[in-house]
Amino acid sequence: MPIQTEPMTVNIGPQHPSTHGVFRLRVTFDGEEILEVEPIFGYLHRGTEKLAEERNYTQIVTLTDRLDYVSSMINNQAYCLAVEELAGVEVPQRAKYLRTLTAELQRVASHLMGIGFFLQDLGTLGTPLMYAFRSREKILDLFEMLCGARITVSYMRPGGVFFDAPEDFWPALEQFLEDFETEYAEIEQLILENEIVMVRTRGVSILPLDMAINASVSGPVLRASGSDWDWRKKAPYDAYDRMEFDVPTATGGDNYDRFWVRIQEIHQSIRIVKQCIEQIEPGPTRANVPLIIRPKPGAEAYGRVEASKGELAFYLVSDGGISPYRMKVRSPSLINLTVTEHLLVGWKLADMIVTLGSLDINMGEVDR
Amino acid sequence: MNCVLGSDNILNDTVLYRVIYEAVGQVLPCGMSYVVAGLAMMLLLVNGVLLGAGLFSWVERRLIGRFHNRIGPNRWGPFGMLQPLADLVKLLTKEDLTPRGADKLVFAIVPVVMVAPVILVMAVVPFAKDTALANLNVGILYILAVTSITSIAIFMAGWSSDNRYAMFGASRGVAVLISYEVPVVMSLLGVVIVAGSMSLDDVVTAQAVPFFLVQPLAFFVFLAGTSAELNRTPFDVAEAESEIIAGYHIEYSGVKFALIQAAEFGAVLTSSAVMVTLFLGGWSGPFASYLGWAWFLMKIGILAFIFSWVRATFPRLRIDQLLAFAWKFLLPLSIINLFATALEVYFLRDAAGTLDTTDLWFMAGINFGVAFACLLIFGTLIKEKVRPAGPITGATLSTGEAD
Repeated sequence: MPIQTEPMTVNIGPQHPSTHGVFRLRVTFDGEEILEVEPIFGYLHRGTEKLAEERNYTQIVTLTDRLDYVSSMINNQAYCLAVEELAGVEVPQRAKYLRTLTAELQRVASHLMGIGFFLQDLGTLGTPLMYAFRSREKILDLFEMLCGARITVSYMRPGGVFFDAPEDFWPALEQFLEDFETEYAEIEQLILENEIVMVRTRGVSILPLDMAINASVSGPVLRASGSDWDWRKKAPYDAYDRMEFDVPTATGGDNYDRFWVRIQEIHQSIRIVKQCIEQIEPGPTRANVPLIIRPKPGAEAYGRVEASKGELAFYLVSDGGISPYRMKVRSPSLINLTVTEHLLVGWKLADMIVTLGSLDINMGEVDR
Repeated sequence: MNCVLGSDNILNDTVLYRVIYEAVGQVLPCGMSYVVAGLAMMLLLVNGVLLGAGLFSWVERRLIGRFHNRIGPNRWGPFGMLQPLADLVKLLTKEDLTPRGADKLVFAIVPVVMVAPVILVMAVVPFAKDTALANLNVGILYILAVTSITSIAIFMAGWSSDNRYAMFGASRGVAVLISYEVPVVMSLLGVVIVAGSMSLDDVVTAQAVPFFLVQPLAFFVFLAGTSAELNRTPFDVAEAESEIIAGYHIEYSGVKFALIQAAEFGAVLTSSAVMVTLFLGGWSGPFASYLGWAWFLMKIGILAFIFSWVRATFPRLRIDQLLAFAWKFLLPLSIINLFATALEVYFLRDAAGTLDTTDLWFMAGINFGVAFACLLIFGTLIKEKVRPAGPITGATLSTGEAD
């Protein structure tokens, strides 16, 4: 006779150390095994899209910082691309390179956090996380040199970037790249081939490619399932059409592959940063854009970038006023979360936390 | 009055006790000094273990800080050594909460049940020559019996807290403790066979060659099993911070939490002490008759450092993998070790049934061969589990050009 167990419903979150913000899951367990999952979010809703209708186009940049607060540069970039398309502004070359450079540094910072917290969820006592933070801090220091802020940077503006990089930024960047090589090698050495990481993550929570595509998943999560879809390649923006880089893809679609893709993307981002340093030339960093932008009535634009978490897009509609009639954010974290239930059911409690970590969600972006 | 312990008294072997007893016996009646000396020993033991736990919590935080590229606590006292005291003061002044649905009595006695075995274990461990509080002739059996109390305490904590996370932690903790008890006991049998005694004093004396050389497999199994019983990474499923927050002690606060933490840190030290005694030669070393305690403490320090190092490095295993590791890996290893040791002792012992130093070195040689072969064979067997066939990942770098 099989032993009968009683299903137990547990609330994971919204106050839980491993839900990456205020995410809540109502999970029914049979012992350790997951029977049902109900994701509940909205605890960090700040009404960003509505607030945007009350502000002018330049002010909205500061709102985008607070969406995915670990990759604000890329949020700025996506929004600025949308406004530039809306107002028909041509961005100067130097600004394009500066944007590409900072966006790639931000991607490194964001992926470092993703990797660090993924390993934290696996149960390491913070060592890989601290290794990752060590490098991330240096990137934030570089951002501070550029614009005075570390997290909510607001560095980019419609038409370019706010300031040109100061003189001492470039030697500091070279120094960072030099240090990063050894620091990142240390992280990789510590965890990439670790047997426990392998046994915990390989073959766990597999996301098949067709399901990933149907669910409109993007970013490293999609590329880990076998697609090589990357907007930096498919529809290059800013200076990406002049950059040489590869798109890391994996075929397994499991937790390890999602983690592995992020590890490899950092190498590619560093490659892009190095090319930016080589190719950048002196020149203006901001197009002549009025402070108050008034696009034509009825104009609409869709600014899309490959953010660290996937396809991030801003859809703007103008009614001819100083603020957008409507701003819609397509946030990758929210859409990547739609596959949670498929990924989690049938696995164990410990796997659930790791899978959430491998999706690398950010609640600021999910709830907006 | 002149009180002298009878030579048949079990406490007569303990130098420290005898000294206190005879000193107190100068002023008090013998019966009373018997009790007073006992209480004095207990005072030493309890304070020693709890102070050691506090000190170790500081050492570990500093060490892990170093592993993290941080500094660690360095504000209170020299090098931050008073940090445990500051933590204690903070915890003592905090509100001591009991959840509404809790089984109040069980909830309240858990910290005591948790701390007690940690201190009790130290009663039979010899710190230096003839210094164990009680030189039991079944010392190893006593240690195994006392350490099993911890699993009851964990389950009491989980059950009485009326919290589902605590229940998760408790059921995990009990599963782990019960599973790992088996290989640990089996590995200890090898030591008992070689030493020919279950008394810890005799085990130390028998180690002309330290037993971690004579019994490498047993040492490995015991080390792994102990870190599982101590709930430390990679085996810390019972209080997995990223999954079930604090596991069985999630609802504990204030002084109860302080006691549970003291028990956890103290358990590392006492387990190290047991391991030092059984495998690293206890207090033996150069000038052991004067410096035995120093050797003993140094060896504990080395093992405690290894525990901290492992804790800072490894991710956590899943509960099913953890149990599989115990039953499918450690248990066979300890059985092999037991058989090999039994055969070696059968053939090598002399007519009186004792082993001399040459025999021990000979055994060490054979056992290292056995250990190497076993790890190789089992490593190959579980390789498929760890790394399924095929490349590590899809491992392709696509150029991803627009089609």
